Amino acid sequence: MRLSTTNLSVELSGREVLDGVSLELGPGEVVGLLGPNGAGKSTLMRALVGLLDTPDVLLGDRALSTLASSERARKIAFLPQEKTIGWALAVRQLVMLGRIPWRAYGQKPSVADEAIAAEAMRLLDVDGLAERPATQLSGGEQARVLAARAVAQDTPFLIADEPASGLDPAHQISMMLAFRAVAAKGRCVLVSLHDLTLAARWCDRVVVLDRGRVAADGEPGTVLDADLLRSVYGVTAHVAYEAGKLVLAPLTLSEGGRP
Amino acid sequence: MSRRSLILALSACVGVFFLLSLLTGPANYGPVDSLRALVAGGDEAAAIILREIRLPRALLGLMVGFSLGASGAALQGFLRNPLAEPGIIGVSASASLGAVTVFYSGLAGASILALPAGALVGAVASVLLLLAIAARHGSTLTLILSGVALTSLAGALTSLALNLSPNPFASYEIIFWLLGSLKDRSMVHVVIALPLMAAGAMLLFASSRALDALTLGEESAASLGIDLRRARLFVVGGVALMVGAATAVAGAIGFVGLVMPHLIRPLTDRMPGSLILPAGLGGAALLLAADVAVRVAIPARELNVGVLTALIGAPFFLWLVARTRREAF
Repeated sequence: MRLSTTNLSVELSGREVLDGVSLELGPGEVVGLLGPNGAGKSTLMRALVGLLDTPDVLLGDRALSTLASSERARKIAFLPQEKTIGWALAVRQLVMLGRIPWRAYGQKPSVADEAIAAEAMRLLDVDGLAERPATQLSGGEQARVLAARAVAQDTPFLIADEPASGLDPAHQISMMLAFRAVAAKGRCVLVSLHDLTLAARWCDRVVVLDRGRVAADGEPGTVLDADLLRSVYGVTAHVAYEAGKLVLAPLTLSEGGRP
Repeated sequence: MSRRSLILALSACVGVFFLLSLLTGPANYGPVDSLRALVAGGDEAAAIILREIRLPRALLGLMVGFSLGASGAALQGFLRNPLAEPGIIGVSASASLGAVTVFYSGLAGASILALPAGALVGAVASVLLLLAIAARHGSTLTLILSGVALTSLAGALTSLALNLSPNPFASYEIIFWLLGSLKDRSMVHVVIALPLMAAGAMLLFASSRALDALTLGEESAASLGIDLRRARLFVVGGVALMVGAATAVAGAIGFVGLVMPHLIRPLTDRMPGSLILPAGLGGAALLLAADVAVRVAIPARELNVGVLTALIGAPFFLWLVARTRREAF
């Protein structure tokens, strides 16, 4: 099954946020969504999750907007940028909220639900926190717990909006490894990132948004180069290969570049 | 404590205070005589007092307390806001205003349902207004401040309506509607309130899954398949039905819905959806106990029960504000 959109335009309060975006996501890949602040990454993700009610997003050959919300929730999981934890639930229970779409109303979590949630917690390295109140964790721990919640939804598509921001380097990498493990099970992960090297190293494909349009879409090694970073981000960057892997280090603002 | 034993324990508390409420009053009958009169009926004074004065009072204490506790839990869960409560955010005061408006415009004579309908309209209007102002940009502070403004406004308008009315007992009535009381109620009040409260409780129980999911915020909840418009309709409708009905028969009793969810939450798994029932039972126990206390404390000059709940609840609220300031504001 593929999640796709063709020529998607979205206007929010009179401003054109997305302008003719086409994108296709398929099983088994980790796709990085890049672009400066305000490029439209979050809006594109919300559209792909089905939160914008646009008719232009297709799941397989059906318009996403025609799916019942419960059915949609079994196909696409979403980890929003804003990290909200309303009550001091134990981590185990918070992760279990990801199983809501799979349970009938009032039904208790099954053994299978427990197993999937436990696996998600292990993947995000929060299994040791299972009984702790989620509100008392550090920011980085909360980010991983919420990611585990989205992974526990166990959907063909997982869409994560800046899940790695605020994490230390080791946990940034382990989160990307977790997404790779999810993709290895034939699922698709779309993850927006600001860390270019992280994207280059762990994503199969990157999509670069610039002012609501797709500026580039392809393998990191072929797409991410000095010219693109200058025109999209307005920075000059050191681009190098380290042990066959791309390393990108922004150095300074480019001449006449943005912002 | 497991959920089952918590609910059993709370139900036992409700049962005990319900009995105490039946056995408390200026007419001195022993417990055995009282219960016999209640069950056997007849024309004796004891039977009439038990059946027509004390039973409706105890039933209303249970129902109103349950409504306030359950509504408080649902509102807190829905708004992810530990300070939300029908009394504090102005729902009860607006329901009072609605009821008083109906009462003194002469509409109450038209139908027995006019009074609760007025309270319901007031409650719905206030919840919608608060959602429009505060839920979108959801800071705790905005919600509480709008609620305070709404409470004062509705209270002032209620007093105004009563002062302008030809009623010689206006000041007594003002105290009733603004502070609430279970005194001198009849079975008619029980019959009016019960179906509305039952419907409201159904709506709240039906939104418990949405409340659980809303722990993660609106976008996550929507992505988990929760229909937010429906959830909002259910919570607003449920709270308005329960608080509207409670206020129509007992005036605006404050703080029960604030205190109970906080006392009960640590005894549960803290899931907002599964808090509704125990918070309701706790509310029923608290209001029954408070209503016994006001009759026992100064028997000759009985306090309004809302005075007592405010005496317990307001300091608790201040403590909660101080604690929340560090985390949320």
